[in-house]
Parts: sequence; structure tokens; C-alpha cells
Amino acid sequence: MNQTIAAPTQEFEFKNPALIDALNQSAQKVDWVGRIFNLLFLVSALIGVISVATIGYFLVLEGLPAIQFAGLTNFLLGVDWYPPALYGIGAMIVASVVSALGAVVIGVPVALLTAIFLAEVAPKWLANMIRPAVELLAGIPSVVYGFFGLVIIVPAIESTFNVPAGSTLLAGIVVLAVMILPTVITIAETSIRAIPKTYKEGSYALGASPMFTILKVMLPAARSGILAGVVLGVARAVGETMAIIMVMGNSTAMPGSLLDSARSLTANIALEMSYATGIHASSLYSTGIVLLVFVMLLNTSLLVLNRKRVK
Amino acid sequence: MKTKLITALSAASMLFAASSFASNTVTVSGSTSVSGIMEVLAERYQATQHDVVEVQSTGSSAGIRAAKEGTSMIGMSSRDVKDSEKNQSTQEVIMAMDGIAVAVNNANSVKDLSIEQVKKIYMGEIKNWKEVGGADQPIVAVTREVGSGTRGAFEDIMGLTRKINDITVTAISPRAQVASGNGAIKTLVANNPYAIGFISLGSVDGSLAAVSIEGAAATKDNIKSGAYGIARPFVLLVNNQPAAEAQQFLDYIMGTAGQAIVAEEGYIEVN
Repeated sequence: MNQTIAAPTQEFEFKNPALIDALNQSAQKVDWVGRIFNLLFLVSALIGVISVATIGYFLVLEGLPAIQFAGLTNFLLGVDWYPPALYGIGAMIVASVVSALGAVVIGVPVALLTAIFLAEVAPKWLANMIRPAVELLAGIPSVVYGFFGLVIIVPAIESTFNVPAGSTLLAGIVVLAVMILPTVITIAETSIRAIPKTYKEGSYALGASPMFTILKVMLPAARSGILAGVVLGVARAVGETMAIIMVMGNSTAMPGSLLDSARSLTANIALEMSYATGIHASSLYSTGIVLLVFVMLLNTSLLVLNRKRVK
Repeated sequence: MKTKLITALSAASMLFAASSFASNTVTVSGSTSVSGIMEVLAERYQATQHDVVEVQSTGSSAGIRAAKEGTSMIGMSSRDVKDSEKNQSTQEVIMAMDGIAVAVNNANSVKDLSIEQVKKIYMGEIKNWKEVGGADQPIVAVTREVGSGTRGAFEDIMGLTRKINDITVTAISPRAQVASGNGAIKTLVANNPYAIGFISLGSVDGSLAAVSIEGAAATKDNIKSGAYGIARPFVLLVNNQPAAEAQQFLDYIMGTAGQAIVAEEGYIEVN
């Protein structure tokens, strides 16, 4: 592939004495523009790295006193959250994990089918109508999702399951499932579109049906992109705060079922930050450490999954 | 910690030094709940004369301590001053009262609860409205977040606290739903027929119904007379021989103008 591109360029250079002149001239001078841009790229890249390092450093610095006070096991596995005496975030870890997983279980199949529909199945005019709608979904602020959940989902759960309060884990799952749709759809569609045409043509040439081609050839080929989309979706679900505070009820007790109220890790930080002092404030930073570890695990799992595929 | 304190003190003393050329400064510190109304009072007071009022919200306990030690001219507390905190050199002045209303959905037939019943509802011992004279429906208890001043006062007044490892913590059931802010509780209670919540009396409107407690309706008059029990005083602590500028500000708060502002802000005036 590289050779076919390289050949015409060489010919192109050969036939353009003006270009050769320009190249020779710039080779003699110091390329300041190039150097400045190189520096700019480096600085930009460092800003991200430094931010992560700073956030991590301060979280650990501020969060350690609470973990020392409660003990790491009690902090992570304890289910009693009674500041300033007991700091156990076990119930909140469960709530965060269950709500994110639930959102993936509902949201990812829908998102994947939408992505296939947009990339392969839908006529162009229909795809051009659906795609902006999906992109709009990505731009809606989370407080609006929370409001949507509060007005539509919560009462619907109350009447469907006949529970006194619809502010439950399930309400959180439904809202999160809708919230992760645009992330997963956009990335999955892009990666399906990026598959070389030859894959599809080869499959058709062997006599495979369009559906077989999509499910057995295209999807496996786009796997790493789709997985990246799913992981980003999970990260969004774990990190979501405002919408969750509005629809999950925020009880500190361990949820017994999907129809119980629960508090996520992020909600715990946001709810109590403004008043907390001393060890209590520190415990909220420790909650942030747990969240950070979650996201690191997610990213690592993505790396491992992709490496397996390469082998 | 020590260096921070010294830096803060020296910064503060520089401020004092700078401002003392122009006018006198009244220092006020304490309860976060009282700070809101105190800042309004200070702002209006400064518009009428030359003295400067500095308000710091540090919490009731810190405010009481500051007044006793003389680091602030006036200390603010949003709860009764405990016997162990009292001393000879300071006097207490109640500047306002703040009522906490226990509210239910408009569709709820329960109109009156006893303190004991409210307490048991929040501890999770009473789970059905029929146990307190209502319909056979489950109760959804809604509370504020830990650390909220309203929740703290509510727990203190209702006795909703218990000890774990000698540290006082909440006795409100962990199953209770948690909403942040008066507004969130109002929305929840207004939209859920099974819900019960507590909010500052000033926030009650037609969207929900405040129940009477022990037969006394949640009104300003009943709080003034003491018939409605879920109320907390906003207490100011001053030295028995206060500085002239502190006394002047205190007179302003307790006078007609100050008390009118207290009523305007939704609290209950005392004079």
C-alpha cells in the first residue's frame, strides 16, 4: 500500500524544480516555525499529564487521613456510612458498579445496533436524520437528563413496579443507559466505517449474505473501536453525578434490589462536600481515589482486551 | 496548622490595623446558618454609618468559643448554648427564631404528628402511614444531607442522634432518601404522595402541607409562644461589657430596622 503512494510522489517531486528549490532553501535555514510547533505539541501533551498527576497527588494527600482513620478494609468493604464515626463506602461502590453495569447491559446493545444501522443499513437520508439527533443527545447537560429522569422515569417506575418511591437504582440505570448512547454509538459507527472496503467485498465475493457480513466480518473487525466506545461509556456512567443525585434517592444503605434507593460514589462526594470538615472531608477525597482507581482499571482492561485481539 | 493560624492572625491584624484608621470594625463569627441573615444585616448596617462589620461563618461551636475568648466581639450560634459552654463573662441575646416544618404531600390525610412519631418515622421504626392514623400506605422519609444545618438542628431537637465509638452520629435511618437543599425536598414531597420531609419554615408554600406537631400548627405565633417545638434560636454571644461599636450593632439588630430585616428574610423576629 505504501509503495503505490510513494511512487507517484517521487515522480511529482522530480517534475517540480520549484518545489526542490523551496525544499533546499528551507533546509539551509533553522526551521523556527517547526520548532515552535514541536514545543507547542509537547506543552499541550504535558498539560494533560500534569493535570492527571496533580489530581492524583492531591486526592491521595487529602484522602489518606480518612483511610488511616477507618482502615482500608473497613473503608472499602464497610456498609455503614455514619460520619464522623464510621466511614464505609461498600454500599456506594456496589451502587456505582451496578448502575454502570446496568447501563451497559441496556445501553450497549441499543447503541451497537444503532451504529450498525447508521453505518451499513440505513438509507442516507434516514441516517442523516438520526445522526444529528444522536449527536444532540451527547450535548444535553446532565442536569437535564436528571430532570427527564425525575419527571418521566421515576413516576413510570412507581406505577409499573408499584413501589412507594421511584428514586431507585433502576431509575439511575435507565437514565445512564440513555446518557451513554451517544458515546458508544459515535465511536462504534466510526470504527465500523473505518474497516477497509476489501473486507466487505471479500465476504460478498465468498457468497456471504449482508447480515452475515455485518455480524461475522464487520463487527469482529471493528471490535477494538467498539470496545473503546463501551469503556468510555462505562467511564461516563461511573463518573456521572448530577443526574444520579436527582433520580437515585441517595440512601446510604446497601441496596437490596434494583428497586431500592442507593447512593453512588460521585453522589456521595457532591452531596456532602459543602459541609464536610476534617476526617469527613478527607473521606470524600478517599471516595475520589476509589473512583480514580475504577477509571484506571477500566482503561487497563481496554488495553488488555485489545492486546489479546492482536495475538 | 500552627503556621496557618499565625499567618491568618497576622493577615487579620493587618486588616484591622488598616481599617482602624478609617473606622471601627465589629467582628462577628460563628454559625453558618446565622451567617446568611447576619451578612444581610451587616450590609444594611454599613450603609447607615461608618463602622465596618466582618462576618465569618465558622460554625456554632467555634462562634461560641470565639466570643468567650474574645477573638470575636460577637459569636453566632444556631442552637441553644450548652451549660458546659457558658461562662461568667458573656451574655446571650436571642436575635431571631428559625422554625423547621415537617411537611407531607397535599394528598396525605395525616395532619398532626407527635414528636415521638416523627422521630420513629425517621429512625425507620414506623414504616406505614396507618400507624400514625393515615391510609395503609408506605412512608417514604426524605432527609437533608449529613452536615446540613437544618438536618443538624432537626436531629438535635428531635433527639435523632446516637453514639458510635463515643462519637455522636445521626440516628436517621440509612434507608431514608437524601435530597440536597430545601428545594429538592420540596419537589420530592410535593410529587410523592407517600413522602415526608423537613424544611425551613420560610420555604413552606401551597405545594406541600406542613403538619402540626403535638397539636400545634407550624406558625410564627406558635413558635414565639413555644407551642410548636421544632424551632431553633439564633443566639448571639457578647461580652458583658461589649465594645461600643459592638453594642451599637447589637442595638441595630434588636431594634425595629434589624428585626424588620429578620422577618423579611423569613425568620421569626423576637422583638
